Amino acid sequence: MNALKSHLLRLAPQIVVLIAVVLLISLAFPDFLTLQMQNGRIYGSLIDVLNRGAPVALLAIGMTIVIATRGIDLSVGAVMAICGAVAAASITSGHSLVYTLALALAVGMLCGLWNGILVAVLDIQPIIATLVLMVAGRGIAQLITEGAILTFNDAGLIFIGSGSFLGLPMPVVIWLVFGIAITLLVRRTALGMLVEALGINRRASTLSGVSTGVLLIAAYILSGLCAAIAGIIAAADIKGADANNAGLWLELDAILAVVVGGNSLLGGRFSIAASLLGAMIIQAINTGILLSGFPPEFNLIIKAAIIVLILVVQSPRVRDLLAWFGRSASREAAVKQEVK
Amino acid sequence: MNPRYVPLAATVAIFLAAYALCFLQYPNMLSTRVIGNLLTDNAFLGIAAVGMTFVILSGGIDLSIGSVIAFTGVFIAVVLENTGLHPLVVFVLALGIATLFGGLMGAIIHHLEMPPFIVTLAGMFLARGMAFVLSIDSVPIKHPFYAVMKGFYYRLPGGGRITLIGGLMLLVFVVGILIAHRTRFGANVYALGGGAQTARLMGVPVARTTIEIYALSGFLAGLSGIVFSLYTSAGYSLSAVGVELDAIAAVVIGGTLLTGGSGFVGGTLIGILIMGLIQTYITFDGSLSSWWTKILIGLLLFGFILLQKGFLYLSKNKRRFA
Amino acid sequence: MQGNDDIILSATGIEKVFPGAKALNNVNFQLRRGEVHALLGENGAGKSTLVKCITGAYRRDGGKLVLDGAEIDPRDTFEAQRLGIGTVYQEVNLLPNLTVAENLFLGRQPRRFGLVDAAEMNRRARALLSGYELDVDVRTELSSCSVAVQQVVAIARAVDLSGKVLILDEPTASLDAHEVEMLFAIVRRLKSQGLGVIFITHFLEQVYAICDRITVLRNGQLVGTRDAAALPRRELIAMMLGRELGDEIKQAGNAQASEGAVRYRFRGYGRKGHIAPFDLEVRKGEVVGVAGLLGSGRTETAEILFGAEKADSGTAEVDGKPIDISSPRTAIRHRFGFCPEDRKTDGIIGDLSVRENIALALQARRGWARPISRAEQDRLADRYIAALDIRTSDREKPIRLLSGGNQQKAILARWLATNPEFLILDEPTRGIDVGAHAEIIRLIENLCEQGMSLIVISSELDELVAYSRRVIVLRDRAHVSELVGEEVTTSHIVEAIAAADKREAGQ
Repeated sequence: MNALKSHLLRLAPQIVVLIAVVLLISLAFPDFLTLQMQNGRIYGSLIDVLNRGAPVALLAIGMTIVIATRGIDLSVGAVMAICGAVAAASITSGHSLVYTLALALAVGMLCGLWNGILVAVLDIQPIIATLVLMVAGRGIAQLITEGAILTFNDAGLIFIGSGSFLGLPMPVVIWLVFGIAITLLVRRTALGMLVEALGINRRASTLSGVSTGVLLIAAYILSGLCAAIAGIIAAADIKGADANNAGLWLELDAILAVVVGGNSLLGGRFSIAASLLGAMIIQAINTGILLSGFPPEFNLIIKAAIIVLILVVQSPRVRDLLAWFGRSASREAAVKQEVK
Repeated sequence: MNPRYVPLAATVAIFLAAYALCFLQYPNMLSTRVIGNLLTDNAFLGIAAVGMTFVILSGGIDLSIGSVIAFTGVFIAVVLENTGLHPLVVFVLALGIATLFGGLMGAIIHHLEMPPFIVTLAGMFLARGMAFVLSIDSVPIKHPFYAVMKGFYYRLPGGGRITLIGGLMLLVFVVGILIAHRTRFGANVYALGGGAQTARLMGVPVARTTIEIYALSGFLAGLSGIVFSLYTSAGYSLSAVGVELDAIAAVVIGGTLLTGGSGFVGGTLIGILIMGLIQTYITFDGSLSSWWTKILIGLLLFGFILLQKGFLYLSKNKRRFA
Repeated sequence: MQGNDDIILSATGIEKVFPGAKALNNVNFQLRRGEVHALLGENGAGKSTLVKCITGAYRRDGGKLVLDGAEIDPRDTFEAQRLGIGTVYQEVNLLPNLTVAENLFLGRQPRRFGLVDAAEMNRRARALLSGYELDVDVRTELSSCSVAVQQVVAIARAVDLSGKVLILDEPTASLDAHEVEMLFAIVRRLKSQGLGVIFITHFLEQVYAICDRITVLRNGQLVGTRDAAALPRRELIAMMLGRELGDEIKQAGNAQASEGAVRYRFRGYGRKGHIAPFDLEVRKGEVVGVAGLLGSGRTETAEILFGAEKADSGTAEVDGKPIDISSPRTAIRHRFGFCPEDRKTDGIIGDLSVRENIALALQARRGWARPISRAEQDRLADRYIAALDIRTSDREKPIRLLSGGNQQKAILARWLATNPEFLILDEPTRGIDVGAHAEIIRLIENLCEQGMSLIVISSELDELVAYSRRVIVLRDRAHVSELVGEEVTTSHIVEAIAAADKREAGQ
């Protein structure tokens, strides 16, 4: 009970912001909140937000864990492109859906393994280590698709992008289920605590017997897996693999989602749920701007403003200043009481 | 050999070997025409990469330069279209904005004690967003002065041309080398990269230097935007996407340590030329696809990171057992 | 020797308070012109705090500083430097990626036409270093110079910038004998030029080789200032460790410790550059104390026994069976535990709660797939918070908010929760208050009675004597002697450290 309360308290700022954003949009566009049932499927702007936000939400799950270890994964956008290309190439060359999905997921995890080995074994700074795949990855994806948009018409694969389950679009079902599954995995086992310990103090964790190397590699593999799922969804959505544009700059959105979720870029305590809320906040703003008729490019300015705001709030200097104000305020209160 | 020159020597060796290979296959590649084009085509990237070199030497990173290039281009095109200002005046305005923008990011990095990665990420979004606000479409630049500037070039024997922008890039590199090695500011940049804490203890003005570094990077990104607008005769808010990655790659392939403190501005020029050479080769070949550029650059990047890691490892061991 | 009134720097009644601890208590210190003055004391004695108060790195909370007849109050190290006080640290505070000349002239490079005149700078650098008999190309990068040369460059820079007082903070820690001699030649010359030199070190023979006077601090208090020539080595060590000579009373309680079978046997165990190969046997229910001055290889011994550093020679056995301890994980599998000396960097996970910190090692051993349930964790935490009297408002408080002693107890709890059979404690009572002190000693005795084998490293000799049946004495990264049973007295330990010292000095 207590744990639930503290968890809700942790998520409160993100929930409040999300609700505020949704309310703000619906004030201007009352239609925003309308949901309709058609052919056993729910339609409406809110569902759209959940659906469009699927890739970033998935990436944010892996990114949360990687950032909790005090790392960062810049390659997820490129890995999305690779895995989308692998899935498209596999299905068009006649392999079964199961084989195709397994192959694409395995390739994503392989990319993560590569990053993880660079970070954990070769001890290269995460931002530099993952830059390699960020640069080369898109080229590899283009190599697979041979530069063209590789289209396919396998109903099964397309279903992942535009089908629905229990009235919800498949992408929404996938990120919700995957998010819950990973949250359960890290919180029902000791993984979450061990990852946090590793991110806060790697040396002390190693001295306490935590296998920090294995955990680090696993974090990057998870991030690769998330990118693979997001890549499959992105490809299925447009019925083709676009190596040039699939996942382009989504690594930055994913990092932003994690930061909006209130997770520290310096590692340690993390909340996947908060990152997912962060991803939805970003997507809701995107959709709101789209609805309001502003060019979608205004998003960028809003994103910049969000980052600056979070930077200011998280900055050690500003925090010290606030603490100082708080102290002097309470001191004043104490003085007033004495006067009375 | 002094170990600090090893990565640079490796870069030069790779460049010469690559050029020799290209020459063996396509003797035409050693013409002044190809060399002149190499400079012209990579001018904007080279100028921006000089700024990136300073940022990386100081131990930071600047993700905003691609967006600043785009913003500058759109700004110039829109102002030229809507006012009667002379392009030179507009250039000064654009450079001023870009420099201020960079300095502001530097100030945030220093005073809010935030990682450069995330601050310049915000700068990247903001600059591109501002470019979109100015214009979403590609705005052509038809000012006669642009044609005049494009007419400036130095004819090399053999028919090649050093264009205005190609020459400007070389000039920026020369000035960059002077700043890096012959000014107190340059020494302070290396000092920051060697260790911000120690540099502070030794009296380096950390705040001022940090702001100046990012202002310089902003200024050069602005200059690069001007060059890019000359190169394309247009301003387009979706242009120069990902230039920051190319610039980072050029800096690292040029032998600069990504962790800061060690490297040369001159090396970045070689890095730019290696990347340009790969592209030229692929164009010459005709059958190779463009994606090999990215893959090769990624591999080079990986090779240099490993090389640097190996050196750090060796020098640490040497010191321990000395 | 100069007269008493030739004082260049005098500090009187210096006070410094940190939250929860008084780091300096009414300390007086006087430095004469042209003398080398040793500042000695164990870790936490207040040496570096005093130096930082003098150089302005810390703001002192009380007392007076007089430099060259004028009262000073440096706000930061730059002001101290301008006033004439320069400092050189063990960790060379120069930039490894710049050249020797750039390091000497950073921020004040000679310029011509607005550009740095590198030729002029190199010429000046050569001129500056010529006084130091240094055969080095000023254009080489500092990182490719030996540590000794780096130290000399640091000294040259400090003297050039300040010029009245030079503080050398453990400058010789990583130098070999020849390099130390070279450094001392320079210090002697600076001394003859009238500079006052404060010399901090833990190598006693170096103190006697170069210092005129010695000031000893202990627990933030001044123990005394003596002429080096009139202070025998044994007496100096006794001053540092807080033992009066002739204190031969053997503490009760440990003489009758069992003569059980040897459980842990290490033969020829060592690692190049860390600790020379040693033999060590530990019985069931026995506390083996480890004594030695700072830098003697105490912590290195602990780290190699726990697998935090891999041994490159020798074998380890438990109950006669050879075991492999190449990492903390394998050591923990053999039921080892280790409370490190540096709690902040090696011990606590600052942002995690007290509960999670206590459960961490047990959880790591069980593996991630078998989580300790929340209820179980709560029980574990509550049990040890009560048993060890860990003062915390509740078990969910981030451990970084606890006081040092309570953090130490929580880390002890982390290991006790794993039911260890062999526990290595590195300075378990450092930096914690007297009450917690006594509790931890009682705990060590209890654990020993329950049959646990312990290795305890401590610079508090009366503590060691109280609970150890045997004491290993370390010096210069090697085990030099072992005291057993009746021999375990504070004065014997002091003598063993000093004797080893003499033997070394006599070589």
